[in-house]
Amino acid sequence: MAERCAVVGVGQTHFAKRRDDVSMPGLLREAIDRALEDAELALADIDAVVIGKAPDAFEGIIQPELFLADALGATGKPLLRVHTAGSVGGSTFIVGAHLVQSRIHRRVLAVAWEKQSEGNAQWGLAGGRSSGIGAGGAFAPWIRAYIERSGAPEHVGWMVAVKDRKNACKNPYAHIRRDDITLETVRESPMLWDPLRFLESCPSSDGACAVVLTDEAGGRAAPRPAAWVEATSVRSELGQFPGRNPVRPQAGVECSADVYRLAGITDPRAQIDVAELYVPFSWYEPMWLEGHDIAGPGEGWKMVDSGETELGGAFPVNPSGGVLSTNAIGASGLVRFAEAALQVRGLAGEHQVDGARTALAQAYGGAAQYFALGILRSEPT
Amino acid sequence: MPADIGPTDIAVVGFAQMPAVRRSIETEVQMLVPVITEAITMAGIDRREIGFTCSGSCDYLTGGPFAFVQNLEAAGAWPPIAESHVEMDGAWALYEAWVRLLHGDIDTALVFGSGKSSASEPLDLWPQQLDPYHLAPLGVDPASLAGLQAQAVLDTGRATERDLAEVVARSRRNALANPHAQLRGEVDVDALLAEPYVRQPLRRHDLGPISDGAAALVLARGERARQLCERPAWIRGIDHRTEPHLPGLRDLTTSASTALAARKAGYDGGPLDVAELHAPFSVQEVVLAQSLGLPEGTDVNPSGGALAANIVMAAGLIRIIEASARIMDGSASRALAHATNGQLLQHNLVCLLEGS
Repeated sequence: MAERCAVVGVGQTHFAKRRDDVSMPGLLREAIDRALEDAELALADIDAVVIGKAPDAFEGIIQPELFLADALGATGKPLLRVHTAGSVGGSTFIVGAHLVQSRIHRRVLAVAWEKQSEGNAQWGLAGGRSSGIGAGGAFAPWIRAYIERSGAPEHVGWMVAVKDRKNACKNPYAHIRRDDITLETVRESPMLWDPLRFLESCPSSDGACAVVLTDEAGGRAAPRPAAWVEATSVRSELGQFPGRNPVRPQAGVECSADVYRLAGITDPRAQIDVAELYVPFSWYEPMWLEGHDIAGPGEGWKMVDSGETELGGAFPVNPSGGVLSTNAIGASGLVRFAEAALQVRGLAGEHQVDGARTALAQAYGGAAQYFALGILRSEPT
Repeated sequence: MPADIGPTDIAVVGFAQMPAVRRSIETEVQMLVPVITEAITMAGIDRREIGFTCSGSCDYLTGGPFAFVQNLEAAGAWPPIAESHVEMDGAWALYEAWVRLLHGDIDTALVFGSGKSSASEPLDLWPQQLDPYHLAPLGVDPASLAGLQAQAVLDTGRATERDLAEVVARSRRNALANPHAQLRGEVDVDALLAEPYVRQPLRRHDLGPISDGAAALVLARGERARQLCERPAWIRGIDHRTEPHLPGLRDLTTSASTALAARKAGYDGGPLDVAELHAPFSVQEVVLAQSLGLPEGTDVNPSGGALAANIVMAAGLIRIIEASARIMDGSASRALAHATNGQLLQHNLVCLLEGS
């Protein structure tokens, strides 16, 4: 009974450590204007706005969407603010899609952003306490557990770091664009949280992403090819309890199982052409390949090691350069969905995966406990 | 099942709220556990049946980023659940859950909202919600903004200071029958008017109290709602609309976004038994009632409203709970519930509820 939903506009800012050249409203409008231009629509055509970002403490403003309402073109319209930790960009996309699929609105703008240079992201991630260990410190023990259980060689993490930074050189919006990166430079970069080295960690970025979502008629009438939202799913679980498996969280397993079932995917490795996964630290690429049943237990790192996840490989992961190259935290989940949409629309430019027809977008957050996944296709089914 | 109830009709079938208190020593999780349990028990469902969970809260109230993550404990997120969160009042969590239920593949949803204003000084905290370039540096607090709004309303002649005091007196009197209220009692309007101003023309009683608390409700769809509840509170329409942020860009004496949301929610100006309006300042009840054009005879805020219990991030959801309670007990057949977000009624939600 649900209406079909199509992505007809995608816009991103150029991401950077500090976007001092724009205000917060200006940053958002940069992404929104590009998305509207892509869709050949105006703000007046938008029925509702869904906005996501990570904690308000990052910029130091309570519910900043209230002061941003004018810049968002949201006055006179519904404005919904989503916050599901690091997965928020994915959740924002999904809530926006729900508004179309439930036939409440015909055209919805989903926006997600972070201007991390306004504050101190490490302080924010530490829960506002000075003794915080940072996201890397929280995830490193689970990464060590993955390495221990899978027997993966340590160069696998370096390979992901090199691949994503090389891919980012093909993405004009990416933050860290280092063509000179090699396994050696990654290996020799400072150890931050054992086993994570500096070049295996995501940056802190300013930036925003926007997508225009519309119904089936809107998707078919769009000036450029649409990406069709085949399936979406969210799952959350408690972050700490005895017996939890934080290396392969059950919420992630169930979320991907749900999204594959909804999309009729029985063999994700064969049936998905490209994946944009939330990989803020190198080792999360093999961990999510296993955590979402794309690879079997202990097999994820082998897909990396064999080059299968490279642009041009059999299962490209993060051709955009991913979160490792660009991380405006609240935006990062939506960027995964936006990049997946660009791929199936054939509009990803230099980092286009040839013939991509089915894409997986994934975002996660909290203590690897929030998941938002989607399958996008080049044709509606 | 009445012929007019279809698969996209969604109703409130269970709810619970904690009595609002000036200061709770409990965490949000501790406050939420009993209200969620009670709402689910009232709905008569097994927790595992819940198809979607959505909550509303505010990091800044709790005083730490990702504060809502802890609240997953109260939601019972193991095994994993389909869940989302809005950095808004729980009324908007209800909106997201209502949208999710419209897909027709799940039958029930859990919604909750929680907040502890006791952890901070609200008048120091909320200026941080304002435009950081133009307003926040002025340090203008919510009561000052509401004072400007009140003066603008008084200047139109549409209300007097006595009218505002009468709103307060009625709220406290109505709250006598509300076990969840924080401020209740018979108060004399002349005595209220003899109190000093805190932000002229507002007196302390024109401001909602500082409250801690939590509330939860259960939504069910179509046939399932009918099975679970003798007389569900059917959501006939729900909509929300935003206005510009800067006070100078708006007419503060009216609420255009509330009127628009009411129209979009299908409110036609017809008779209402009850209107529960989320007005944290007395003047805002006057503005809302006039903007909605509430018909004569509408019982406004029989619960006492936010002037009697002001749980920030739950007070809007509680308006929907209070309106639903009156539908479900048969004392009302048509009710309007309203929630607000931001300062000076910047963003408003209207939910129209009916009995079978």
